[in-house]
Amino acid sequence: MKIIVDMDRCQDHGQCVFSAPDVFRLNDEGHLEYEETADESLRDAVEEAADVCPLQAITIEG
Amino acid sequence: MRRIVVVGASMGGLRAAEQLRAAGFAGELTVVGDEPHRPYNRPPLSKEVLASEVTHEAVAFRMRASVEDVDWRLGVPVVSSDLAARTLTLLDGSSLAYDGLVVATGLRARRLPQPGLADRRHVVRTLDDATRLRAVLTPGARVVVIGAGFVGCEVAATARKLGAEVTVVCATSEPLMSPLGPDLGAELRRRHEAQGVRFLLGRTVTSFGEVGDVLLSDGTALAADVIIEAVGSTPCVSWLDGNGLDLSDGVLCDADLRVEGRPDVVAVGDVARFPNARYDGECRRVEHWSIPTDTARKAARSLLGVASPPFAPLPSFWSDQYELRIQSFGAPGLGGDDIRVLEGEPSGECAVGYHRDGDLVGVVLLGLTSAIPRYRKQLMDAFAAKV
Repeated sequence: MKIIVDMDRCQDHGQCVFSAPDVFRLNDEGHLEYEETADESLRDAVEEAADVCPLQAITIEG
Repeated sequence: MRRIVVVGASMGGLRAAEQLRAAGFAGELTVVGDEPHRPYNRPPLSKEVLASEVTHEAVAFRMRASVEDVDWRLGVPVVSSDLAARTLTLLDGSSLAYDGLVVATGLRARRLPQPGLADRRHVVRTLDDATRLRAVLTPGARVVVIGAGFVGCEVAATARKLGAEVTVVCATSEPLMSPLGPDLGAELRRRHEAQGVRFLLGRTVTSFGEVGDVLLSDGTALAADVIIEAVGSTPCVSWLDGNGLDLSDGVLCDADLRVEGRPDVVAVGDVARFPNARYDGECRRVEHWSIPTDTARKAARSLLGVASPPFAPLPSFWSDQYELRIQSFGAPGLGGDDIRVLEGEPSGECAVGYHRDGDLVGVVLLGLTSAIPRYRKQLMDAFAAKV
């Protein structure tokens, strides 16, 4: 599964971090960092992360 | 269960459809909505959508592939229902039968009862409302915002940024009183005032178009090219009349989001009045952005008879005003009698804690975004320690 975050939209709300901490994190400055691919076992968590993004900036491919 | 009908095609309706699929429902799914648009995100309506030409596509929710086969009936509200016969009647006279029903009709903007100046009066609830308002928020326009909750404050900030002359009128002694308390309310007022917004506090509207354009309770008469009513919202429940339900404040639900214990009807989003195990047994409606998603996950499983953990969501929302990000976690409104600054200074960036019986029940952050995970964890741990 491929994960794309539209960084022009992202405003570092961090909601995705709570849903899928293995994939998304906030760095020490409070900015989003994330894995561009994730194992299929994390699909539910990543779907949830995309749902709760206030800016709807997360897309899942594959 | 062969066919499930979701009434309401906003965030709650969409999330309910997705969660029904995620919980294994493979039958027919119909979503009925009164607006002509597919589900879209409302927070930008008071900000980006007012500030520039934003299309529906730019604010539309991403949809899971699992709901591609949903039958969308848009632009046609449900006008009545017979829960015993399991049928719904739509405005165009057609009827819909269901085996399972999801109530997701949300809220509509409350309007002030005084008549007058109808063509200058606006609300900001739907994309069409915001599009109509955008056209008149021009530099120099005299804008009167009535109400100083989050919608009123965000619209005031956006209108000011667009160069309008903005006056905010509210009944309370500070803006954002009930969600944040007097100290943060005063701090946010000062930030708005520094941008040139004027506040007339502790006053209500007496009339429109009789003395000046807006006459206030203290006799002040204001000139207004644009009047924005931001005085809260009302649950859309009239279509459920006649079924013997308690509709006094939204739809009364049990702890599984079943409508008064019925096995075939659940409610999601801010129309649902439910108990939250995180706080107490009291049933409340929660008008926070996180709630449609949280309630949909639980309600879908309740409707399908699929086991799920006890419902204890941590509500959260945010507000953007000028360059300031406000984030809220938990239920600050329950802890209004014991508010403490936890970190930083309210005049800069800070974290403020709201306590009930000594327990932390909510945190509001002004800026300080890097501290979010820490405070959210503190709230989660406080609850986990209690159960």
